[in-house]
Amino acid sequence: MIKFCMRIFSLITLGISVLFFIISSAFAGSPTKVGFVYLTTPGDHGWTYAHELGKQMVEKRFGKDVKISVVENVPEGPDATRVIRELAKQGNEIIFTTSFGYMEPTLKVAKEFPNVKFEHITGYKRSKNVATGNIRFYEGRYIQGVVAGLMTKTNKIGYIGAYPIAEVIMGINAFAQGLKSVNKDASISVIWANTWYDPVKEADAAKVHIAEGADILAQHTDSPAMLQIAEKKGAMGFGQSTDMSAFAPKAQLFASINNWGPYYIKKIEDLRNGTWNTGDGPNHWPGNVWGGLKSDMLVISKFQNMPANVAQKAQEALDGLKNGKINIFSGPLIDNTGKEIIPAGKALDDGALWGMNYYLQGVNGKVPG
Amino acid sequence: MITFVPREKISKNWIFIAPILSIVFTIFFGLLIFTFLGYNPIETLYQIFVSPFSRIDRISDILVKACPLIIIGTGLMLCFKSNVWNIGAEGQFIMGALLAGFIALSFPNIETKFFLLITLITGFIGGALWAFIPAILKTKLNVNEILVSLMLVYVAMLFIDFIVRGPLRDPMSFGFPLSKPYPEGALINKIPFPGIGFLGQLHYGILFVVLLIPVAWIFVNKTLGGFKINVLGSAPQAAKFAGFSQNSITLTVLLLSGGLAGVAGVIEVSANIGQLQPEVSFGYGFTAIIVAFLGRLNPLGILFAGIIIATVKLGADNAQMTMGIPKVVTGLFEGILLFFLLTGETLQKYKIKWSERKYKWKL
Repeated sequence: MIKFCMRIFSLITLGISVLFFIISSAFAGSPTKVGFVYLTTPGDHGWTYAHELGKQMVEKRFGKDVKISVVENVPEGPDATRVIRELAKQGNEIIFTTSFGYMEPTLKVAKEFPNVKFEHITGYKRSKNVATGNIRFYEGRYIQGVVAGLMTKTNKIGYIGAYPIAEVIMGINAFAQGLKSVNKDASISVIWANTWYDPVKEADAAKVHIAEGADILAQHTDSPAMLQIAEKKGAMGFGQSTDMSAFAPKAQLFASINNWGPYYIKKIEDLRNGTWNTGDGPNHWPGNVWGGLKSDMLVISKFQNMPANVAQKAQEALDGLKNGKINIFSGPLIDNTGKEIIPAGKALDDGALWGMNYYLQGVNGKVPG
Repeated sequence: MITFVPREKISKNWIFIAPILSIVFTIFFGLLIFTFLGYNPIETLYQIFVSPFSRIDRISDILVKACPLIIIGTGLMLCFKSNVWNIGAEGQFIMGALLAGFIALSFPNIETKFFLLITLITGFIGGALWAFIPAILKTKLNVNEILVSLMLVYVAMLFIDFIVRGPLRDPMSFGFPLSKPYPEGALINKIPFPGIGFLGQLHYGILFVVLLIPVAWIFVNKTLGGFKINVLGSAPQAAKFAGFSQNSITLTVLLLSGGLAGVAGVIEVSANIGQLQPEVSFGYGFTAIIVAFLGRLNPLGILFAGIIIATVKLGADNAQMTMGIPKVVTGLFEGILLFFLLTGETLQKYKIKWSERKYKWKL
């Protein structure tokens, strides 16, 4: 009798475990294969490192449910096409290409692999299986403007831009709007570094700004060189892409941090649930993610090296942007030649931001080209 | 002090043994490095050397990557053979691509592929013009061509940067530095294979290499021009006595190598990019210098050297994708490979002589 019971019991256990196995394998499936293409080696700061941190968040969130392949140091040209195609061939189901210059290569490969999903970061061309992602970097720059306006003693702000493209210009203008909201006398001078990453050039630009009397520096380039110079010369500034306080503990007021993790996770989840799509239409607008402070894609590091009242103003600006009380580009907007861009009561839409080729009031000089 | 003394006779056996030994040493050190860094060494070597040949479309990728290297390398061969040191092929590549791009973008509706002949010739002229600057300075004023050609690389890089941000920028590019796409007539198509379709990026530009190698071989080995170049390189005095004009040879080889670099630029952009962008070359002009020497300044050798370099580059990418080996590590391995290959090459021609140090530290 006992033997019989034992037998029944073991049969049941076996049955349950087999059932469990079938169910679990049916639901878990094989891991989702995810590919990343990086422009440089991640290092410990800046653009690609921010993507690397995002990738690590994906690993943490999905664990064994994803299998990630990364290719770093891929130049923006034929090599990119080859690498992206190879990733697609190796069975990656979603591929994140993390630099603007991968736009055409991504589209080209996407045509050949209609079942693979592609996420191109900061491009403007989409298709059925190519979505785009970008961050509203300019929102952080508005807060930078507020802090700069309250902290500056010389009323001269030095700004280092990479290239005179719309994305950088809207950053400068957002900074100017923040600056104007607290300090009408301060103005911004821009030096174009003509590079996204060149510590030597960035340092030189910072030195020029300081020599001309600027005491607060801002950058739309990638290296910590500007902050290091500021630290040495007693000026202050803002970190870019990742927290750079380790490079300039006394000079960094705060850093605007690119937080790609939530976007990556969302897109991979969409893919796993079968809801990933870029919508219809020639522009595939639903396939575009342009998130900022609200969606946590842009994160502001700790306010430091500033008096409590400045930090409080900065926090207010941050809260205002998050809850929508502050609209950075609401009218009346007047450019620095006196021409009205938009009257009171109206605000620029996203399309108009991408067409910016003028400076608003508070910025010196004019946009090159 | 170490000095290199030329061997009186180059041993026939060593011509074969030296490269094999180089490979053996490379593999040994590769195994060592990969093991110490915690990667499976056999798998890594497989990824680097074998995986690029493991699929037919990967092989075609090697050819695509090697194509510009071989074209530029062949041109540089002519220079280096005659002791003219053109280090600026990168700039000539860019200027060729740029001038051809300017022509291509001036005819936005052209569809006939005969137009490619025009862009290729324009590219040749563009590259040759850029090489003409160091050539004329060298022959008229005896200015060092190494410095001039090298520095002109940076001028060319900044120039194309300026052009695609300014005059040739596509107004529809949201301010991003890109030209308009090339018209159909200026694009080099991929080669369709019956039953298979396209093989990776393999394009018709590869035919130029197929044509170039035999022509270069005949030129170097069977013509008076090639003979002059050889004599000038190996015995400048003899060339002088024979009445060969050093200046005209210098001018010719610089123009030819610049022109070929320019053609490589046109092919690369027309086949793989399809528009002008701030960066069109990715160090091809510099890598081709290695290719020329690795190929022992001989067209067939350059063909193989180009393929080897392309293979290792692709293999490094594969190792990264499948095993997560960072590029710096595979780059190190590439360096070891080149070091041993060139060392083998040198030691087979030269003896090492240890001589006593002549000067000691004195206060």
